[in-house]
Amino acid sequence: MAFSPRSSLGPGAPPAEAVGGAASATVPDSAVRFAASSAEAVDAPLVVARGLVKRFGRFSAVDGVDFEITRGECFGFLGPNGAGKTSTMRMISCMSPVSGGTLRVLGMDPATDGTRIRARLGLVPQEDSLDLELTVLDNLIVYARYFDIPRAEARRRAVDLLEFAQLSERAHDRVEPLSGGMRRRLTIARALVSQPDLMILDEPTTGLDPQARHLLWDRLYRLKQQGVTLVVTTHYMEEAEQLCDRLVIMDKGRFAAHGTPRELIDRYSTREVVEMRFATAEEQAAALPLGEMAARLEVLPDRILLYTEDGDAILAEAQRRGCSPVSGFVRRSTLEDVFLRMTGRSLID
Amino acid sequence: MATRPLWLRSFGYWAFRYKRTWRSSMTVSFLEPLLYLAAMGIGLGTLVDHHVHQVQGVSYLTFVAPGLLASATMQVGVSESTYPVMGAIKWVKTYHAMLATPLRVVDVLRGHLAWIVLRLTVVSGVFLGILAAFGLTRSWEAVFALPAAILTGLAFSTPMVAFSATQEKDGAFAVIYRFGVVPLFLFSGIFFPVTRLPGWLQPVALATPLYHGVALCRSAVLGDASLGASIGHAAYLAALAAAGYAVARVTYRRRLVV
Repeated sequence: MAFSPRSSLGPGAPPAEAVGGAASATVPDSAVRFAASSAEAVDAPLVVARGLVKRFGRFSAVDGVDFEITRGECFGFLGPNGAGKTSTMRMISCMSPVSGGTLRVLGMDPATDGTRIRARLGLVPQEDSLDLELTVLDNLIVYARYFDIPRAEARRRAVDLLEFAQLSERAHDRVEPLSGGMRRRLTIARALVSQPDLMILDEPTTGLDPQARHLLWDRLYRLKQQGVTLVVTTHYMEEAEQLCDRLVIMDKGRFAAHGTPRELIDRYSTREVVEMRFATAEEQAAALPLGEMAARLEVLPDRILLYTEDGDAILAEAQRRGCSPVSGFVRRSTLEDVFLRMTGRSLID
Repeated sequence: MATRPLWLRSFGYWAFRYKRTWRSSMTVSFLEPLLYLAAMGIGLGTLVDHHVHQVQGVSYLTFVAPGLLASATMQVGVSESTYPVMGAIKWVKTYHAMLATPLRVVDVLRGHLAWIVLRLTVVSGVFLGILAAFGLTRSWEAVFALPAAILTGLAFSTPMVAFSATQEKDGAFAVIYRFGVVPLFLFSGIFFPVTRLPGWLQPVALATPLYHGVALCRSAVLGDASLGASIGHAAYLAALAAAGYAVARVTYRRRLVV
C-alpha cells in the first residue's frame, strides 16, 4: 500500500486516541478532502507551467520555462545560485505572483486560489521561519492551527511527526539551542503537519554537515516511498541523483537540460571520466594529445578530465606513452559532470 | 465543519505566544498606572493643589489620571506595532511562515491588529479599574473611556504598523519614541491644559492625536463630555486609525509579496 501522509503518519497513534472525540471529528473531514483530491483526474499533473516568467523590475529571474510535475514523483530543480530556482519555487508555493506565462497548481490558478492551493501544500523555505522562543512541539501546533486543524488533532500529528523527524526527545525544548540539522528537520515536520499533497523544499540540506544531510535525505526518501510528491532544489548532485525521478538544470532563468538523472548523464556526459593530475604544467601539456581518444577533454588548472566510454583504455594508453601522472583514475560519470558542463565552472555570485 | 476565519488564525498565533509572557506583561499593566498615579497625582498633585487648589475644577490627581490612561494606550499601541512587526518580518519571520499556509497578507495584518486591539483593551480595562478603585471616576459615563482609550491606542497602532513594515532596521523606532512619543506625552494636555502652552504651539498640540485621545478620555472619566466635541475627537482618531490601516495594507503587500 502506498500510504500517503494524508491517511496516517507513522505507526505512532494508538487506536484508543484515534477514536477520541476531536479525532473522529477530523476523520470524515480528511476523508472528504482525500476523496475530493482523487476526484481530480488521477493522472493530471499537480503542477503545470507554460512560459512561466518572474521579473523583478527589468531583470527576469525566471525567463519562460515549461514543466509538469506529476503525482508521486520527486522533481528536482538544480542550478547555480541566482539561476531562478527559488523564484520558481515561490511561484509554485503561491507566495510570489507570476509575472508572465501560466501556472496551475493542483488544477487551480495561484492568482485567484492561493488560499485553497496553499492549504494543500507543505513548504520548506530556504530560510527557517521557526519561532525560536516556542518549544519544538508548540512550533508544530501553532503552524497546524493556521490550517485550522483542531488542537487535539494537531498535537497528535505533531507527536507523530517529531518521531519521524527524530526530535521526540527535544519536543519540550525551545528551538533556540537546536542545531541547523535539527531545525531543518523540524521545518520539514512542520510542513507535513497539514498532510500536504505536494511538498516543496527549497535547499533543504544547504549548510548542514554530512551526517545531518544524510539523515535528512533519508527522511525525504521515506516520504517519497510513502507516495508524497516532492519538489526539491539542491546543490548536492549526488543526492539529487539518488532522490529525484526527474530534474531540470536551471541557468540564468531558463532550463539548460531536463530529464531523469540517467538520461542526463547519457545525453550530456559519457559513461566514465578519467581524471589525471600532473606534477608540472609541461607533463600535463604532454598528456593533452590523449584527448583524441576521449569524447571530450577538459583542461583545468590542476588536472585534466577525459570523458570516455572506456577509461581503462585511456589509462593504459597513457602508460604506454610514458605519461606519469601524480594520480590517475577512472570514475563513473555523475550528475555533477552534467551540471558543470551545462552551467560552466566559473563562479556565479 | 465551519472553518475559522483566516485572520483569527493569525490572531491565534499572537495569543498562543502571549502565554509565555502574560505574567510579566500583566504585572506591568498593573504596576505602571499605579506608579504614575502615585508619583504624578499624589506627589506632584499635593504640591499643585496646595498652590493652585484645582485644575479645571478638579483635584490635580483627578485631572491627570485620565490623561495617563490615554498615554498608556499610546505607548502600548506604539510598542506593539514596532518591534513585533519588524520581528515578524525579519527576525522570527512569523509573517513568512503564515504566508506559506492558507493565510493571505491581509489576514496576517488583520490578525496582528486584532491582537493589538485586545492588548489595548486589557491595558485600558486594568487602568480604568484602578481609576475607579481610587475613586477617580466621577460618573457612569466613565465606561465610555474604555472605547475612547482603545481608539486612542489604535490611532497610533495602525500608522505605526504601516511604517514598521517599510523598515529594514529598527533604528527609527528609538527615534520615534524619543522625538514622537515622549514630546506627545509631555505636551498633549496630560499634565496641564494645552491653553497654558505658548500661543503658537497650541495649534500644534491640537493637531496631535494624543491631544484628542486625552480630551476624549478625560471628558468621559470626569463625566463632562459634550456630544459634539466627543464626536469630533473620536472622528479624528478613527480617521487616523482607518488611514493607517489603508496604508498598512499597501506597505504589507509591498514588503511581503515579492
